[in-house]
Amino acid sequence: MVNTANISKELLLGILETVTDPEVPVLTINDLGILRDVQLKDDGSVEVFITPTYNGCPAMDMIATNIRLALAEHGIQNIKVTSVLSPAWTTDWMSEEGKRKLKEYGIAPPQYSSGHSRWPNDNVTCPHCNSQHTNLISEFGSTACKALYQCNDCQEPFDYFKCH
Amino acid sequence: MNNPLINYLLHLADTTLILSHRNSEWCGHGPILEQDIALTNISLDLLGQARLFYQYAAQLINESKKAEGVKAPSPQGERVGDEVNEDTLAYLRTERQFKNLLLAEQPNSDWGQTILRQYLYSQFQQLLFQQLQHHNDEHIAAIATKSLKETNYHVRWSSEWVIRLGDGTAESKQRMLHAINELWCYTGEMFIAADYELHLNIDFNDINNRWTEKVNTVFAEAALILPSGGGGAVFMQTGGKTGTHTEHLGYILADLQYLQRAYPNSQW
Repeated sequence: MVNTANISKELLLGILETVTDPEVPVLTINDLGILRDVQLKDDGSVEVFITPTYNGCPAMDMIATNIRLALAEHGIQNIKVTSVLSPAWTTDWMSEEGKRKLKEYGIAPPQYSSGHSRWPNDNVTCPHCNSQHTNLISEFGSTACKALYQCNDCQEPFDYFKCH
Repeated sequence: MNNPLINYLLHLADTTLILSHRNSEWCGHGPILEQDIALTNISLDLLGQARLFYQYAAQLINESKKAEGVKAPSPQGERVGDEVNEDTLAYLRTERQFKNLLLAEQPNSDWGQTILRQYLYSQFQQLLFQQLQHHNDEHIAAIATKSLKETNYHVRWSSEWVIRLGDGTAESKQRMLHAINELWCYTGEMFIAADYELHLNIDFNDINNRWTEKVNTVFAEAALILPSGGGGAVFMQTGGKTGTHTEHLGYILADLQYLQRAYPNSQW
C-alpha cells in the first residue's frame, strides 16, 4: 500500500493516461475523451469519472476494470468508477494526438464536428493512401463507433470513426 | 408501486430491451454480412438504452421502498428482502409486468418486416427523445440526449432500407406491403398515453402529427401506400403499455429469462 499522502491528482492522471481502449488499443481513454475527471477523497479513496461512448458499448465494463487494475498496480485499491451521462460524449472531445494515432493504426479519424449532419460523410480520407476518392460500404462497422468505407484508389477497405 | 415515473421508465426500458432482443435474433442470419452487423449494432444501442432506463428505475424503486419501509416483495422483479437492480428488472418480472410496446415484440418474419418495425419505432423514438431531452427530470433528459445521437442513425439507416425495398423489385414491394398490413395496427399504441404517462409532460399529439408526416414522406418516396391511404379509421391494438401482450412476449421471456430462473444469481 502506498502512502496516500503522496498521491496527487497529477499522479493519478498519469496512471490513467496509460489505460487504453480495448477495441482501439492505440488510443488511451484520455485521447477518446472517455476520462472526464478523477478525484482524490479525504479518506484516501479515488473516484474516476468516465463517460460511455455509445450506450451499449461493451468495452465500457472492461475499461472500468482496466482502470482499477492500473490504479491497483500503484497500490491504490479504494477505487470507485462512476459513469456520467451528461454532457453526452462526442467525438469532438477526441484529441488531435488521438486522431493522428487512429490514422496511423489504419482507422480514418472523424473528419467533421458532431454537428455535421450530412451523411454519408463526404471525402473521407483513406488512412492508407490519403485518397479522398472513397465510398461508404456500410453505416455500421466492426464496432458501434465505426462505419465501413472502401478506397477507390488503393482498393483497401477501412474503418471510419464516425462523427458522433 | 404506483409511481408514474417508475412505470414510465420500465415502459421505455422494456420496449428497448424487447426490440433489442428481437433484432439480436438476426445475428448470423442477416441477408448480407454488413447488414447483419448493422442490425446487431442497433440491438446493442437499444440494449444500452434499456440498461440506463432500468438502472434509473431500480434506483427510484429502491429509494421509494426505503422511504416506505416496504419489506414484502412488490411486483417489480425483486427477490424478498433484496434491492432491485437492472438485472432483476429484466430477468425476474413476468409477462404481465412488462410494459413494452406490442410493436417491439412482434416476431421476425422476413427482412422487410424487420426493417419496417425498426423504422416505425425509431422514427417514434427520435421524436420522443427530442422532447425528452428537455424533460424536467434531469436524468431522463440526459439519457434521451445521449441516446438521440444513436437513434438518428437508426432512423437514417432503416428509412433508407424502407425506400430501397418499397421502391425496389415487385417482390420486395409486395413484401413491404405485407409487412405494413402486419404491423400497422401496433403503431397506434405509441401515441395513446397510458395512465402513468398522463402527467409526465409528454405531448403525444405533437409526436403523433410529426411521426405521421415523417412516415408519409418516407412512404411516398418508397412508393408505398398506407392502410386506408393514410386517413380514416384503422383498428389499433393496444395493451402492451399496461401488460396485456400478444402471445409472442411469453416466448421471448422464456428465452431471455431461462438462465436466471433456472440458476438464480448465476453470473456470466
